[in-house]
Amino acid sequence: MTASVQALTAEKPSSSLYIIGVLSIVSTICGIIIVFAYTSTALPIARNLAIITNEAVSQVVPGGQQNTIFAIQPGGEIKPVTGVGGSDPKLFAVYDGAGKLLGVAIEAAGSGYADLVSVMYAYSPERQAIIGFKLIDAKETPGLGDKIGTDPNFLANFNELEAKPANPGLAHPIQTVKHATKANPWEIDGISGATVSSNAVGRIINESAQKMVPLIERNLDQIRKGAS
Amino acid sequence: MAEPQRIFELYSSPHLKRPVSTDIIMRNVVMALAPVVAFSTYQFGVSALLLVLTGMTASVAAEFVFTRMSRRDNTLGDWSAAVTGLLLALTLPPGFPLWMAAVGGVISVALGKAVFGGLGVNIFNPALVGRAFLQATFPVAITTWTPAFVPGRFIETVPSTLAAPFMQPAPVADYVARAVDGFTGATPLALLKFQHIDTDNLRLLFGMTSGSAGETAALLILLCGAYLAVRRMLDWRIVAAVLGSVFIFSGAFYLAGHGKYPDPFFMLFSGGLMLGAVFMATDMVTSPTTPRGIWIYGVLIGAVTVVIRLKGGLPEGVMYAILLGNGVAPLIDTLTQPRIYGAPRKRLFPQKTAKQTEATK
Amino acid sequence: MSTAHQHQPSPPASPPEAAGPPASETFLNGLWKENPVFVQVLGTCPTMAITNSVRNALAMSVAVIFVLVCSNALVSLVRKTTPKEVRIAVFILIIATFVTVVDYAVKAVSIPIYQAMGPFIALIVVNCIILARAEAFAYKNGVFRSILDGFGMGFGFSIALLFMGSIREILGAGTLLGYPLFGANYQPWVIFLLPSGGFFTFAFWLLIFAWWRERKDKRAKATRPEAGQLEAAPQ
Repeated sequence: MTASVQALTAEKPSSSLYIIGVLSIVSTICGIIIVFAYTSTALPIARNLAIITNEAVSQVVPGGQQNTIFAIQPGGEIKPVTGVGGSDPKLFAVYDGAGKLLGVAIEAAGSGYADLVSVMYAYSPERQAIIGFKLIDAKETPGLGDKIGTDPNFLANFNELEAKPANPGLAHPIQTVKHATKANPWEIDGISGATVSSNAVGRIINESAQKMVPLIERNLDQIRKGAS
Repeated sequence: MAEPQRIFELYSSPHLKRPVSTDIIMRNVVMALAPVVAFSTYQFGVSALLLVLTGMTASVAAEFVFTRMSRRDNTLGDWSAAVTGLLLALTLPPGFPLWMAAVGGVISVALGKAVFGGLGVNIFNPALVGRAFLQATFPVAITTWTPAFVPGRFIETVPSTLAAPFMQPAPVADYVARAVDGFTGATPLALLKFQHIDTDNLRLLFGMTSGSAGETAALLILLCGAYLAVRRMLDWRIVAAVLGSVFIFSGAFYLAGHGKYPDPFFMLFSGGLMLGAVFMATDMVTSPTTPRGIWIYGVLIGAVTVVIRLKGGLPEGVMYAILLGNGVAPLIDTLTQPRIYGAPRKRLFPQKTAKQTEATK
Repeated sequence: MSTAHQHQPSPPASPPEAAGPPASETFLNGLWKENPVFVQVLGTCPTMAITNSVRNALAMSVAVIFVLVCSNALVSLVRKTTPKEVRIAVFILIIATFVTVVDYAVKAVSIPIYQAMGPFIALIVVNCIILARAEAFAYKNGVFRSILDGFGMGFGFSIALLFMGSIREILGAGTLLGYPLFGANYQPWVIFLLPSGGFFTFAFWLLIFAWWRERKDKRAKATRPEAGQLEAAPQ
């Protein structure tokens, strides 16, 4: 019986020790390659991320001269940080030349018609309103849903969109309404033919602003002072 | 071809009193659709007529080319390509650019029929395959509606109709603005979905609304369908199942929704439901053949239509509902095969007989 | 049962470095005759997902060529010492390493390209072309030949991606590499940017290739009846 089995498996199996040895050596080589790649690309990646974020921030809060990045701590307090790395959500405070706060840019994301829609919007504590919006990344249907990033009527909504803080959240929830039925300053005039996508933008901003606006108001003194 | 002289003529079953061949049925379908085309022309003008002609020409030309390429017999004589192009055109907005309609006609025949091996072995209704392709390809043009009964519609086309091939159609805003009072560009379903405006059911019944070229006149389509049903060239049970289930499901929504949902008559007479139920769901190739299967198929199409219209992001869902129904039709057929007389009853999950259990050991 | 003495690795039943076909053929094989996408129909997932523009297709090609060449080289280097039992584990380890490297590299070069390629950089790990070449070629051949094979297959993959990408970008957006071809009034065929358009384009190219091969076989058969049959038989 055993003889016939051995005859079938002509090659003898390698010993466990040998296998473990080979695997560890290969793993070590691979590990070294990855560490080398990581260390040599870490700097350019950080620089690229910073450039991308800065561009977006300067688009949602135009006219800024300097900005400070605050990382939101789990407890709800904020602290200034130097880079865009790290996993904590961030606030991008933008100041003019004289150090006066112009607005705070916030990143938000949620599901759209197809895949994740990520946006950046700006809140102005002074005007208690959302004053800027930019579509960062979306895979909405070309020609229909992707209008949320290009339709001038839709984008005009965010020149002044009321976001009055209340306790808790916002006084009026931000929401997208059907095209040409906007009646209140906290409503977003939707795009006909891109209902799902424009509703998604309203929902994403509302969800984010309900949390972020009160948080900004709570930490307003620190944000006004800036990093210094 | 010279046939040998025959003394006896022997035929096997079926013993038909008169021959009912594909081309006779298809010719009758074209005849039944003629009033719909005529009304569409009256309603939307010369654009609708051009649209129908373009769709038919493109489909027939594509059929000719593909049969030549695959060295099959020429099948132009069975009129099926003409019916495909005609039905496709009737589901398009009246001002749809002609070159896009031609693309749709070619795609209908190519992807709807030719790739499967020709008429009779296609899985999906070719006209709807073409329309689904156009919907995904030109989403803006296919949702650009123009109003009915625009003055001057018989002497000039909708500006978007004559767009140069591969170029964007001209804007239709000016044309829409010329509409007489009470007629808007938006379809009743779009009005309901996006602006919560109800449309009078009588206007829907007589086709006094905007919509695709041939889908508006619900009553006319029903009458034309009745003609085919009387001549036994159309299975009335499919139409009954689709319309009945739409009525029942939307009625349930209506009763439960407290004014949130439209009444079931609106659902029946609006959009492409009539055209789809009468002329597309009943496609003999792509619908089930068993008596029970036909009812399941029809109810499924009706239910999916209601769900897409009331709960989905799109205003209209008949096209996808029918394509879905086509897709499961073979499965329905398999599951509802009637028992052969005298054969033992089949179980859905057959239990192993003692013999089989032994065999597996 | 084996003992501790049995240290002799069971080397792959490698035929002695076959003199085989000339090196140029190893390279050209992947380009056309055994094109990984259109002939072997491997790696269709990125072929469909990443070809909605020529730029994305190019980026993907470069990434795959890099991973393919590097993993082929390393697999070939360690092939004598790698026991048969764990060879797949070793292949995956090596492939995953180079994919991680590419992931960092693309991010360092351009964030927009990285975002456009989405999860498909990480998914190069499961691109069957790479594992197939490691198993079928690099594990049995020398380093030089394996690198050559990696380049051949990689370029073959790139050709396929470019074929797909240019059709989809030209029809779907009216541009090539971002430059408008038909003026501002061109009507884009949106479906070609959507996944379903990827399937249609892929089917179109497969059809062309099948037709081309059929014609070639027929011609070969017509000129040399016996040889033609032999050629058509394998695979």
